[in-house]
Amino acid sequence: MTPTTTATAGPRLPGTWTIGLRRVRIELKTFARDREAAFFTMLLPVLLLIVFGSAFTGTVAPGISFSQYFLAGMLASGIVYTSFQNLAISIPQERDDGTLKRLQGTPMPQASYFVGKVGLVLVIYVVQVVSMLAIGVALFDVHLPSQASDWLTFTWVSALGLVCCTLLGVAFSAVPRSGRGASALVSPVVLVLQFTSGVFFQYDQLPSWMQHFAALFPLKWLCQGMRSVFLPDRFQSREPAGSWELERVAVVLIVWSIAAAVLAMRYFRFQRRDDR
Amino acid sequence: MLAGDRSADTTAVSVRGLRKTYGERTAVDGIDLDIPRGEVFALLGPNGAGKTTTVEILEGYRRRDAGEVSVLGHDPADATPAWRSRVGIVLQSVTDLSELTVDETVRHFAGYYPHPRDPEQVIATVGLTDSASQRVRLLSGGQRRRLDVALGILGRPELLFLDEPTTGFDPVARRQFWDLVEELAHEGTTILLTTHYLDEAERLADRVAVITDGRIVEVAAPASLGGRDAAEATVSWTEPGGDRRSLRTAEPTRVVAELAARIGGEVPDLSVARPTLEDTYLSLIGQRGGTP
Repeated sequence: MTPTTTATAGPRLPGTWTIGLRRVRIELKTFARDREAAFFTMLLPVLLLIVFGSAFTGTVAPGISFSQYFLAGMLASGIVYTSFQNLAISIPQERDDGTLKRLQGTPMPQASYFVGKVGLVLVIYVVQVVSMLAIGVALFDVHLPSQASDWLTFTWVSALGLVCCTLLGVAFSAVPRSGRGASALVSPVVLVLQFTSGVFFQYDQLPSWMQHFAALFPLKWLCQGMRSVFLPDRFQSREPAGSWELERVAVVLIVWSIAAAVLAMRYFRFQRRDDR
Repeated sequence: MLAGDRSADTTAVSVRGLRKTYGERTAVDGIDLDIPRGEVFALLGPNGAGKTTTVEILEGYRRRDAGEVSVLGHDPADATPAWRSRVGIVLQSVTDLSELTVDETVRHFAGYYPHPRDPEQVIATVGLTDSASQRVRLLSGGQRRRLDVALGILGRPELLFLDEPTTGFDPVARRQFWDLVEELAHEGTTILLTTHYLDEAERLADRVAVITDGRIVEVAAPASLGGRDAAEATVSWTEPGGDRRSLRTAEPTRVVAELAARIGGEVPDLSVARPTLEDTYLSLIGQRGGTP
């Protein structure tokens, strides 16, 4: 039990990835036990899918049900919920309650903290996608794409979207002054984007100023990417550009990712404002 | 770096001319400090005196505005994981980890260190074995604090920071905690303690620094702080007629012997008092009225 006086000899420090994977486990445990977080991030999108899917039984185009359209929008929203909303709310809370300060005082490399968060986001997203697809098929007669190329698109849109929105969530976590104020600040941002980006309403029927506004942000492009996967190609004529514009989807998400990374590195803080 | 490699073997903390201001307010106003390895050192001072600011600079949390600081031979402003693994920190007022159990928490944090203590043993050491499977959210204030201590000592730190560790403890828990600190000190851990409690400093610390308005006004062993050990004693007694008397003297033994001879036998209500640490402390921080 005697402390070593010279630090050079002795066992090595656990690596960034080793600790990062342990953080994934602890993040998942904490998430699963925190009812509020689990509800807003996990259950809400699934619930919305059931409510909207049951309430609106019409079609958005001949042979295309509203549910089919709405599923694409909710999968895109799921990316935003699990990464952006989740992190932009939970990180300020962890800064407020001392989690981050405690971690900063340990030998944990700061990168391990983010490995933990990314792992958490990935697991929640996968569970969410599987449950939404299952509910869509079981309750609302949604058709899943049969072509491998569609699933490939689904995968890269999801991956790029998660990268982009995770970075945005980390960057945005610098904005709320307190943990308590975080959800009041973040939820309206997400809601406004959902209304204007074609999640709750059909994008092609929105006023054009609203379309232009939404086109500045990632969610509109995530929805468009998801529509390319879940709607038949003939629906392309309804898109403002007359096509799915997948290249542009990728470019917008990459540009936002770079911007978010710069902002996150510049503004992310482990400590409360008054603690430095 | 202030302390060269050689002095880092014998010196745990070395501070020269430390200053920190928040806007217009000067929190730390030129502090010098040397703590040899193996010492239990207490920072004593009123709220807002600069204790926590000083300690958090040494812990690598806050930036300083001026001065030189060396902790275990390194500048804490450039804290690395290797340096962090040699330092244990028990912070004030954190409410994190609420959904995990005590056991999960300690096991998880053990995974951060190259050579951690056995989690189960640490939980036993801080007296939380019965609450090991409880969620941290459900612990009492004192139990939470003991968990903080468990996490602080988990990595076998060479230097342990304890920032007001027993605030909110009941007397029994405080005694148990003191025993634990003495055990750690006995094992050779250097301990830097901040506290408002004078009995805590007196019981635990080898040396005490009294800090007020961002300056250290004195550093001494608790028994000799403010010249307590050399101060005049006050002898009090009751005369056989019922008169209460007291006398300040540098020679209390002679006074008592004379009294005993004069009164012949037991002196009623006899007491010999020297200034308590509290009296000395209050006069050092300029709150007179405590001095006898």
